Order: sequence, then C-alpha cells, then structure tokens
Amino acid sequence: MNEFAAKVLEGDPRSIAKLITQAENTSPLAASQMKKIHPYTGKAYVIGITGVMGSGKSTLIYEMTKEYRRQGLKVGIIAIDPTSPFSGGALLGDRIRMTELATDNGVFIRSMGTRGMLGGLASAVYDVVEILDASGKDIILVETVGVGQAEVDIIKIADTTLVVLIPGLGDSIQTIKAGIMEIADIYIVNKADRSGVEQAVAELESLIDITCIDKDRKTPVLTTIAKQKKGIIELVKEIENHKNYLKKTKMFELKRRKRYEAELVEIIRKRLMNFIFDESTFKGKVESLIDKISKKEVDPYSAAEEILGKILK
Amino acid sequence: MDQKIRVLVAKPGLDGHDRGAKIVARALRDAGMEVVYTGLHQTAEMIVETAIQEDVNVIGLSLLSGAHMTLFIDVTKLLKEKGLDDVLVIGGGIIPEEDVSKLKKAGVSGVFGPGTHCDDIVEFIRKNVKK
Ligand code: B12
Ligand SMILES: Nc1nc2c(ncn2[C@@H]2O[C@H](COP(=O)(O)OP(=O)(O)O)[C@@H](O)[C@H]2O)c(=O)[nH]1
Ligand SMILES: [Mg+2]
Repeated sequence: MNEFAAKVLEGDPRSIAKLITQAENTSPLAASQMKKIHPYTGKAYVIGITGVMGSGKSTLIYEMTKEYRRQGLKVGIIAIDPTSPFSGGALLGDRIRMTELATDNGVFIRSMGTRGMLGGLASAVYDVVEILDASGKDIILVETVGVGQAEVDIIKIADTTLVVLIPGLGDSIQTIKAGIMEIADIYIVNKADRSGVEQAVAELESLIDITCIDKDRKTPVLTTIAKQKKGIIELVKEIENHKNYLKKTKMFELKRRKRYEAELVEIIRKRLMNFIFDESTFKGKVESLIDKISKKEVDPYSAAEEILGKILK
Repeated sequence: MDQKIRVLVAKPGLDGHDRGAKIVARALRDAGMEVVYTGLHQTAEMIVETAIQEDVNVIGLSLLSGAHMTLFIDVTKLLKEKGLDDVLVIGGGIIPEEDVSKLKKAGVSGVFGPGTHCDDIVEFIRKNVKK
C-alpha cells in the first residue's frame, strides 16, 4: 500500500489532515487514497448533533468527548460552519469550546466550511468520516451548521442523530417541527439551568406522542446543562441504548446503506458537475447557451437537453 | 480543484485583548479564506496541534500584552521541531519596532501593528503563502 494511505491507517495526524484537505479540494490524489482506505472503514460509530446556533452543540461535544475518552475510546470531531456565499470564506469557531482537547492525541478535530453545500453539511464530510474511521477513531461526532429547518442531511451520515433545543423557544418548537424535528433519535433540552425547561420538555413529549412512527421505541427527551457537565453520562448511555436498538432491529445496516447511497450520489454529482463546467469539456458550450437563453434564441430546457445529450452520447 | 487558503488565528498566553484578532479573522473570511479561530489562552502546543489537524497554510498570532518575544518564538520553535516547514507564520498586536527584526529572524514572516489595514494583511498572505 502507498505510504499516504498507510499512514492514515496508523492514525498519523498530519497524514489524516492532509488527506482531508485533498478530499475537500476534490483532488485526484484524494480519490486514489480513498479507494485504498475504504476496506478499513465501518468500525466507527457516527453521532450527528444538530440544532439552532448557540444551543450548545460544541459545548456538548466537548463534554461527550471527555466522557468517551474516560472510557478509553478514540474520538474524531467534525465541526461544520457556513461558508459565505459571497466571499467563499468561512469563520470556523467551534474549537473555542473545545480548546482542552487540542493536545489529546486520542482526539482529532477538523473544522469545515460548507463550501456551497446546502443541508447543513459539507460536501466532503462523507470522505472525512471515512478517513477518521479508517484512522482508528471509535466515535465520530459531527456538528452541523444548524440554523433553520432545512439542515436535515445529517441523518444520511449519522447512526444516531441528536437534536439540541433550549428552553424558551416556546412556539418555535411548533414551527421547526416540520424539518429538524423529524430527524431526532434523541432530543436534548440543553441549558436546563434556565427557566422554562419543564414546559419545553412537555411540549416535546406531546409532539412525540403524535408523530412517533416506530412504536417499539419512543424518542427520548433528555435535559442537560453542558456548561456544568450535567446530564452527559446519561446522554452517552442513551446513545448506547439507541445503538443497541439499531443493531437489534437490523436498522443499523439500513442506516449504513443509506450513508453509502448518499456518499455515492455526492461523488457522482460532484464529478458530473466538474465534468460539465470544466474548461476542457463543456464550459464554453454552457456559456454560449446561456448567451442564447438571454437573447431568447433558446429556452433553458432545450439548452439543458443539448448538454445532457452530448454527455450521454 | 477548489483550493482555499486556511488560516489559524490564535491568541497565545494570558492576554485578553481579542478585538484585533477577531477583526483580522473576519477580514480574512471576507477575503475568501477559511479561518479557524480558537479563542483565548492558547499554549504553543495547542496552537501547533491545531495547525496540524486543521492543515492550515497560515498561523496568525495576536498579542497585545508584550509577551510576544517568548510566546511567538515558542510557536515557531515547536513548528520547526515538528517539521512543519510549509506553514506561514505572521503576527500582530502591540509589538515595538526593535522586536520586529528579531521576530522575523525567528520565523515570524510578517508583523502588523495597530492601525494596519486588513487589506494589507490579505495581500501579504496571498503573496507569501507556501504553495
Ligand atoms: C481596548 C483595550 C482594552 C480592552 C480590551 C477589550 C477586548 N476584548 O479586546 C480592555 C478594557 C478589556 C483592556 C484591558 C487591559 N488592557 Co488594554 N487596551 C485596549 C486598547 C485601548 C485598544 C486595543 C484594541 O482593541 N485595539 C483595536 C484593535 C482593532 O487593534 P489591534 O488589536 O492593535 O489590532 C490591529 C493590529 O495590531 C493588527 N493585529 C492584531 N492582531 C493580529 C493578528 C494577526 C494574525 C495579524 C496579521 C494582525 C493583527 O491588526 C489589527 C487591525 O489593524 C489598547 C491601546 C492601543 N491603542 O492599542 C490597550 C492596551 C493594549 N491595553 C493595555 C493594558 C496594560 C491592559 C490591562 C493590563 C490594563 C489593566 N491594568 O487592567 C488590561 C488587560 C486585559 C487582559 N485580560 O489581557 C496596554 C498594553 C501594554 C503593553 N503591551 O505593554 C495597552 C497598549 C494600553 C497602554 N498603552 O498601556 N484593554
Ligand atoms: N447557561 C448555559 N449556557 C450554555 C450551556 N451550554 C452551553 N452554553 C453556552 O452557550 C453558548 C453557545 O454554546 P456553543 O456550544 O458554542 O453552541 P453551538 O453554537 O450550538 O455550538 C456558549 O456561550 C456556551 O458557554 C448550558 O448548559 N447552560
Ligand atoms: Mg458550535
């Protein structure tokens, strides 16, 4: 095996980091190395954390990681923040809540910008999960950008999805139920040191009663005070319960299959888009068609069919 | 290929002045860079480990307390020890003129004091970033 992939498998931080960068840049080198490491993946358990900005996701991840480390497990953390659609830049600030973990060699943290992806994830996140998995991490925690209700892609990648809420959201629980509320395997009401906890929990419970589909498992609602390390051990236990439930009901295999489906679709999507819009292929053709559409010489549907026709030929 | 310049903006030591660091971080983001901001009270070990994991092209250190001669140089020393020779190190804050050349000799390639225009920092990074 080539040295780069081999070093990732050994858990070498610099090689892991460099391969992640290659994957983010969709380089040919990344593809060749990803092929080599795939046989060594599938062991890590992936936990997704979503919820509104400021609800305490990064703080929870910090405390959960310390608990997993106490159990002797190795942890990978992927913290995603939004890329500005205007500048293409991003401010990645989740590490502020996790500074103590920086020098623990059983923990690897990577901050990512969404780089144009919608849905709360970054395009390369599937690659990063595979890389961290292959590097020997037992647990992978993925923090989504978590702003509104459209950021639900996390369920495609996580074995267990945590949805974090805070007291005082009141009616907004009702309004966000459409998207983000349907994806929770476990609800967390964080900042339980604030008033309105009982009300938030009661509201959630009533929602679960009407929306719960699988009858053999009721989505649990936990309260935590991440800042005071309260409720963390219980949370980690509840994740273990969910894992056992997935394994018992064979839903685990189904979830993994869905992840690979999403990953495959993403690789194809990226390659196709790059192929169509590359200088050496159709970029010129696309530009001239856009000119024609602007002049009403052709309509967008016919233009799209013309390009697709050339690819399929 | 979609390459982006990745920058770590870090505040070493006990200095609590973070306005400058935050302003610089935002300006670099607005220039299209991916900026990892780690907050206050970073040790040299934290900064270097973070730089490795985040695979940054640039480390930007900010210090207004006067301890830059030890804290900045701790970072560049550790980088050398770890063989991270492809990372550009720059710094800013309250740094007396007579320290600038010593810092540059120690591996801090650019030093920016109060009143610096953020555009100049952006330009310096674009010109000097390794690969
Ligand atoms: C605002 C301020 C504070 C605020 C800080 C608020 C905050 N959260 O940042 C408060 C009131 C809290 C404060 C407290 C103190 N302060 Co004060 N403070 C200042 C003051 C007036 C302005 C600093 C500032 O924000 N400037 C605006 C920003 C945008 O400018 P900047 O930080 O210089 O950043 C620019 C450049 O330096 C550069 N840059 C900065 N960082 C980086 C990083 C990179 C990578 C790059 C490329 C560039 C770069 O680019 C920026 C844009 O141009 C300065 C005096 C001064 N004129 O600088 C004193 C000053 C820094 N403070 C000083 C002191 C002594 C203190 C205290 C110790 C006072 C005390 N005895 O309690 C405390 C210590 C606090 C602590 N925990 O560390 C002294 C430091 C003396 C020294 N170095 O020898 C100064 C110089 C005042 C003085 N003349 O005595 N302070
Ligand atoms: N009062 C209170 N504040 C908390 C709690 N957990 C986190 N916070 C604070 O909430 C703010 C946002 O936390 P952060 O983890 O960055 O949230 P994120 O944006 O969801 O990742 C920070 O100031 C935290 O210190 C908690 O349980 N109680
Ligand atoms: Mg966060």
